[in-house]
Amino acid sequence: MTDWAGRMAGDAPPRALPLLAALLAALLVLPAIVDSYVLSIAILVLYFAYVGQAWNIMMGFAGQLSLGHSLYVGLGAYASAVLFVHHGVAPWIGAFAAIGAAIAAAAIIGALAFRFGIAGVYFALLTIAFAEFTRIGFDHFPWIGGSGGLFLPVARHGESEFWMLRGPPVMFYYVILSMAAMAFAMCRLLMVGRIGYYWRALREDEDAARALGIDIFRYKMLAILISSAMTAPAGVFFAFYYNTLFPEQIFSMLRSIELILGPIIGGLGTLFGPILGAFVLTVLAEVLNEVLAALGWEIPGARQVFYGLCLLVVVMYLPEGIWPALARRLGLERRR
Amino acid sequence: MTALLDVSGVSRSFRGLRAVNEVSFAVAPGEIVAVIGPNGAGKTTLFNLIAGALTPDDGAIRFDGRDIAGLRADRRCRLGVARTFQLVRPFAGLTVEDNAIVGALARTPDVAAARREALAALDRLGLADRRGLLASQLTLPDRKRLEMARALATGPRLLLLDEAMAGLRPTEIDGMVSVLARLNRETGLTIVLIEHVMRAVMALAQRIVVLHHGEKIAEGTPADISRDPVVIRSYFGEAAA
Amino acid sequence: MPLDLVLNVAIGGVLTGLVYGLMALGLSVIFGVVRIVNFAHGEMMTVAMYAAVMAFAHWQLDPFAVLLPVAAGLFLFGYGLQTSLINPFITRPEHSQFMLLVAIAIVTVNGLLMAFGPNARTVLVPYALDSIELGPLLVDKVRLYAAGTALAIAAGLFAFFRYARLGAAIRAAADNHTGALVVGLNVKRLYAATFGLGSACVGAAGCLMAVLIDVTPTLGPVYTLLAFVIVIVGGLGSMMGALVGGVLIGLSEALAGLVLVPSAKSMVTFALLILVLLLRPQGLFGRRA
Repeated sequence: MTDWAGRMAGDAPPRALPLLAALLAALLVLPAIVDSYVLSIAILVLYFAYVGQAWNIMMGFAGQLSLGHSLYVGLGAYASAVLFVHHGVAPWIGAFAAIGAAIAAAAIIGALAFRFGIAGVYFALLTIAFAEFTRIGFDHFPWIGGSGGLFLPVARHGESEFWMLRGPPVMFYYVILSMAAMAFAMCRLLMVGRIGYYWRALREDEDAARALGIDIFRYKMLAILISSAMTAPAGVFFAFYYNTLFPEQIFSMLRSIELILGPIIGGLGTLFGPILGAFVLTVLAEVLNEVLAALGWEIPGARQVFYGLCLLVVVMYLPEGIWPALARRLGLERRR
Repeated sequence: MTALLDVSGVSRSFRGLRAVNEVSFAVAPGEIVAVIGPNGAGKTTLFNLIAGALTPDDGAIRFDGRDIAGLRADRRCRLGVARTFQLVRPFAGLTVEDNAIVGALARTPDVAAARREALAALDRLGLADRRGLLASQLTLPDRKRLEMARALATGPRLLLLDEAMAGLRPTEIDGMVSVLARLNRETGLTIVLIEHVMRAVMALAQRIVVLHHGEKIAEGTPADISRDPVVIRSYFGEAAA
Repeated sequence: MPLDLVLNVAIGGVLTGLVYGLMALGLSVIFGVVRIVNFAHGEMMTVAMYAAVMAFAHWQLDPFAVLLPVAAGLFLFGYGLQTSLINPFITRPEHSQFMLLVAIAIVTVNGLLMAFGPNARTVLVPYALDSIELGPLLVDKVRLYAAGTALAIAAGLFAFFRYARLGAAIRAAADNHTGALVVGLNVKRLYAATFGLGSACVGAAGCLMAVLIDVTPTLGPVYTLLAFVIVIVGGLGSMMGALVGGVLIGLSEALAGLVLVPSAKSMVTFALLILVLLLRPQGLFGRRA
């Protein structure tokens, strides 16, 4: 354990650790000081921070652009929800099935794509194709609700059961907070370990990486398997938090894009990028909602237009994302 | 003594064109051998065949007695074959130190140990003070040094250098030559280099292999080679003969 | 299943596929030259579809009649987009370009949603339900006209790239960026013209699609994806490939509709894509990298 702790701290900038501790402390007491509306937004931020972190392993670390991560969210959600609805299996057990399903799909996609040397735009399209294929398939699969949706029985009023993940938003808040914290720690461990160096090397130049003894296929496979395994629990959370699943929603390409915006806006390949990006995007969307409501401009689409424009500005003027620029301001650059 | 590297009858064609044709030569442990020849003679192809970026159509490549011709480049690296690229390919988005660490991780899975090896390799090439820079921020000579440091960090027994001196100034060439000579002397590292800079070839190589149109046309000591009429005619042109 | 039904459906599929092909042609031309993947392609087509819808609703203008002005409008749009927003992104990494175009796509889809609302609009030309009888076969008039127009525009584009000076210059810039700069071609302008041409193609395709399907703002992403699938199947950057890919996808979609429920027919499209990516990743007409 101490060895882990040492590796985690490793070469972190000296000011990063106290800041991280302060952030975690603030997040731990947050439910005590905010109302239910802010709490629901905080849950959303942490959810996107979590999936963003998982996706970042693929793209930020290993340089493989996946535009089909909604596939792993959806498989995770359906696997755990079906077990719960049809067999009464608790989500904590169902999560293993969720991870298994995501890993199986990732293994197929990865084995096909990486063996055949499919990369870049082609790889991105292959991931979309698999997600869309699955979406349409689930639409026509009545046992899991088909396109009509799958509904999880909601807890009776006041009833709270942690084991079955039926309870008030505060419970979900702490669940997703622990998930996000664990994802952060895991990504940090991966990043400072051999696997992190190898991923970044093959992201930069595959031939040079191979000449330095890196088994490209193996490390790409590890990236997609770990990333998908991390993404699946987000689906479990989604299913039990929202209680309704529609293939059209959960597997849609828009969902995939939504979950990758955070890390890209925040800073690809960084640990804080997915968190910051999730925060900025979610809060921005909410603020826009409020402002437009106050102005009486509640036309469908108005919010998304502003959202798109903000995105445009960030992409144009902060190509590295927000975090690298902010880190320089805060004196949190890497020591070396 | 048995050869560390034994290339026998190796051929490789591209679209019917024989880039390397039945080339054989051997390199003893601790030896420095230069491969020379005019542009298009097949030198880099030969290197790619030895390092594993390409597989030969024909022939055998033995490293330390083991046939490696069918192995991928990463497996060969793990056996102790390291190479640099003619056009340098550092990992641009990584720091100098991280570049070298990636190399050192080939011999140890432990990052802290790899960092020590990496720093030692950077130190040898005079890059230790630049270890915090991004590789993309380095000048071309420094990038060449980095590429060599990265290859050295893998702990190779055989180092393949593809035009490591090209584009360097004479004083920088002399510096590189002395680094390589010291490495060879102190660690017994075996080196095969492709080189156009004759100043470096003559200072380093104990033996020279001459390629022309994909075939080996001569092999011998630097003194032999510089007197060989076949080499002079094909390599330095008719006018020189 | 009666043979003439299958034939009828197959012909309908091929005709629709030609229009798909024209749409995908735009994407392929842009990628082949500018090396930018236009992730807002379907959204641009939707803009053209609404232009056709409006012209028909307000002035009873036939979509075939407004095709040229709409295509010209999209040419200007594409030209402006390339010079203002996309040019600085040419040298940036793929994911960065992708984000830029996604942002443009989001603004476009939702701008249309704001302007026209979520309800479907239809262009019902007087001959919308007419068909031509060829023995046992019945061919929809609108589909036939749309396909014929698409084919004519595609032929014009082929001729442009083969015979026109500007076309040759664009091809030169695509083959060898540095070389084109050396011989004094204004590559930025050529790129803008190319993006404009690709946009004009998709604009024309939009007018044709407007007579074939109902128009909603959310069609954008669906057709972006479809255009991608087509160019990957045909070969990214190959003009012939885009056209053939369009026909192939149109045909397979139509035939799948015979055996599967309509909502499941695009599974066949994606299955086809996965197959092509695995067996021939450069596409049917692509050159191996």
